[in-house]
Order: sequence, then structure tokens, then C-alpha cells
Amino acid sequence: MTKPESEWTWKELTVGNVVLEPGNASQYRTGDWKTNMPVLSKERCIHCGLCYIFCPDMAYSLNEEGYFISDLFYCKGCGICAKECPTGAITMIEEEK
Amino acid sequence: MGKRVGMEVSIAAAEAVRQANVDVVSAYPITPQTHIVEHLSDLVANGELDAEFFCVESEHSALSVCVGSQATGARSFTCTSSQGLALMSEITYIASGLRLPIVMILSNRTLSSPLSIWNDHSDVMSIRDCGWIQVFTENGQEVYDHVFIAYRLAEDRKVLLPVIINMDGFTLSHVIEPIEFIEQEKVDQFLPPYQPLHRLHPDKPVTMGAFALPSIFAEAKKAQEVVLLSSMSKILETWKAFGDLTGRYYKPVETYRAEDAETLLVTMGSCGETASVAVDQMREEGRSVGLVKLRLWRPFPFDDFKKATPHAKRLVVIDRAISIGGPGGPVASEVKAALYGHDNRPDVYNFVAGISGRDVAPSDFIKMVDKAGIEIEEGKKDGYEIYGVRE
Repeated sequence: MTKPESEWTWKELTVGNVVLEPGNASQYRTGDWKTNMPVLSKERCIHCGLCYIFCPDMAYSLNEEGYFISDLFYCKGCGICAKECPTGAITMIEEEK
Repeated sequence: MGKRVGMEVSIAAAEAVRQANVDVVSAYPITPQTHIVEHLSDLVANGELDAEFFCVESEHSALSVCVGSQATGARSFTCTSSQGLALMSEITYIASGLRLPIVMILSNRTLSSPLSIWNDHSDVMSIRDCGWIQVFTENGQEVYDHVFIAYRLAEDRKVLLPVIINMDGFTLSHVIEPIEFIEQEKVDQFLPPYQPLHRLHPDKPVTMGAFALPSIFAEAKKAQEVVLLSSMSKILETWKAFGDLTGRYYKPVETYRAEDAETLLVTMGSCGETASVAVDQMREEGRSVGLVKLRLWRPFPFDDFKKATPHAKRLVVIDRAISIGGPGGPVASEVKAALYGHDNRPDVYNFVAGISGRDVAPSDFIKMVDKAGIEIEEGKKDGYEIYGVRE
């Protein structure tokens, strides 16, 4: 369905609310749950990938320059990456509205 | 006509499940449902029923297994009683929300405490709003017949809802009655193999039981309510088809000597047969008393109920469960709701009777009609009491 879920009528739902399209959870923006977002200081980053390993939402991926960057569409702002980063390269800062 | 056999009703129920050719039986034994599970276990072990029999560790798991197996497209069966139903209550709401056409026989037994194994309807009333189609049976033949009716109805693409067949514990489950068996060819003709609309299969992955945000939850519940209410036409259609096949026709609300009656007894379940004996006795004495029996509990047959009581001045509603702190018994509440707002509505006097298996004899029904008459004359028009309590 192309229109947003909040516009569906009860008649448009599938029987038993079965989701027929596999993998569409990737369309769900969990990123809007967060208050704080991770910001990477490239000078301090040693490319160890611990942020990528520890991220519970698998929001981190390796970019072309070799840095692990969090996808803010999915990042819930839990701060585990900042806590685990051995060089303190990740800082959690308040997300601007 | 099929063979008539004298048989314990629980065994006949299990034989019906065999004839319905279920793929999965998942149940946990509890009195008074035990004989059904035991016999099904025998049938599977003996190779007479080609099904998977799951020995689960609780009723919560029993119904959870059925949800899983039915979701893969397997015709699934479970049965329970009382505390067992209470333990599986969480899953009852899930089965209906997922629109899985599971069939359950509930051998009705009272809920603890005090601990009791005997019959009343407090177990099913605890999950009254769980979204299953709920029917009540009056004798063994009705239990046997409703296994086939329930599967055909549940699996109808326009319905796809689970069904509870209520049979009174001991009063029905443990008595030997003549049961007219239906030939297997006829069963197969009436109940074709289950064709699931959606199922869990790696070739065509789907998600069942996904979560819903507040922005869509109300729509999901509305859709569920509409399908349960609109299943009424399919329920009638299925009963008609079954009647055409066997000569046994069922209706949402059945009446006995009720047409011109001023006073109507209203019952649900096996006590309807006892009440009909009382009605005969009162009719012989020239009293204008009839009987209305509710067969269908959910969806509640509001229209049929109103049609069944056009001339009555007084309804004496017998409940087999208490709604503690509420207005009386659950059946009476529904009956009053059905009649509310109608001109010339009858007075509704409510007795909770026969809880925890206490016998209710024909003479008790006569006493209840007498008592209701006196109380109503004295101005207690919508009275409620627990019948026969020692003061």
C-alpha cells in the first residue's frame, strides 16, 4: 500500500493483519525514538569496529572512507557505541528538532 | 442414516475429531475433559488418526501449539476445562486476532476457588470477549455434530475464526448416550480439506502476529468485530447444509412450546432438556410457560432472540455463572441488553442456578418460575438471586 498506515481504513487490512510483504520492517523509522545521537570524531577513530559490533540495531555500516557510521534512520540513540568506543571517539549529543 | 451407537459423549466427541481428519491434536488433560484427550491419544497411537499428537506441559502451550500448527495450514484441535481455559486465555485472544480457524471443545467446569471439578459456565464466561464463535450443546449428538459444523464454519474464507463448542462437564462429557454416527463419505463431502488463505511457508514468506501502532490498532479490532458479527449468515448457512445432510437442523435460538407462552424460561446448555420436562409439567397444569434455549452465545443472536420472545410478559433467565459485583448472570445481562429500548419488553427475572454442578431438577425450574412470578407481582421486576442458597 502506498499511503501511510495512519490513513488505512479497517476495510483495507489483510485477514488477520498478515504482512504479505517480507522484510518491510526496514521501512520502520526507529530513528525517531532517540533524544541523543552519536557523533564521530574521525581524528580519534581507530577503525576497530566495536561500535558496529555492539550496536543492538545494526545501525552502523562501513563507509567508503573506512569509518563506521550510524544510520540515523534506525539509530535509537541508546549510546552503547559511545560507551564501548575504546578511544572515546563517539559523543552523544542532543538531536536538534 | 448412520449407525446409532451407545457411547460416552467424550469418546463420541473424540471420534468426531478423528472423522474430521485433523492434522494436529494439542491438549493437556484436565477433568472433566480428560476422556477426549485420552481417546484421541489412543487413536493417534493406534494409527487410526493420522495426526501429530503434542504432549504439552500446560494449556497455555496446548493452544500455542495449535496457533503455530494452524498458521502453517494444519487443521488443529484442542480441548480443555476450567483452570485449563484460564491458563490458555491469553492465547485465545491471539488465535481469533490472527484469524486462525482452530476448534476447541470446552467441557465446562467451574473456576476455582473453592476448588471444584463440577459443571457450570464460569470458565467460558471468563473469556466471553475473546473473539471466538461460541456455541452451546444440549446432548451428546449435538456435541458430535458440532465438531464437523465447527470446522466447516471456522475454515470458511468469509469467516476464518476459531470456534468453541461448549459441552457441560460430566452432565454431558461422562454420560453414555445414543449417538448417530455420520458415514465417513458424508463427512468428507460436508468438510473438504482445509485450504488456508495465508500460511507460514518458506516459499511465500508472510508475517503473522506483527505489532500494530495506536494509529492502526482500532481499525484492526473493528475488522475483527465486523467479521465475527457478519459470520452469523455463514453460521446459519452451515447449520442449514448440515441439516440437509443429516436431517438435524440447528438454530441460534431454539424454542419449546414457546409460541403463546406468557412466561418463558431461558436456558443455555444441557439444562435446557431438564427445563423442557418442567415446561411439560407446567403445561399439563394449564400454565402458560415455554422455553427458549440459546445455542449461539457469540456472536449473540440479538434478532433471533427478540423474534423468539414476541408475546412473553416475563422471562425467567437461568445463568450457570455469576458475574460477581455485576448485575447478575452474564446471560441475563445480554438478554436485558437485547430487549432494552423495545416497547412492551418483558420483565426479566434472573436466577443463577446449578453452579458447581449442583443438581437442578424439573421441580427446581417450576419453583423458579413460581418465585419469579411472586417477586415480579411484588414489584421486583428485574430481580436477581442465586437459587437455592441456604440462608
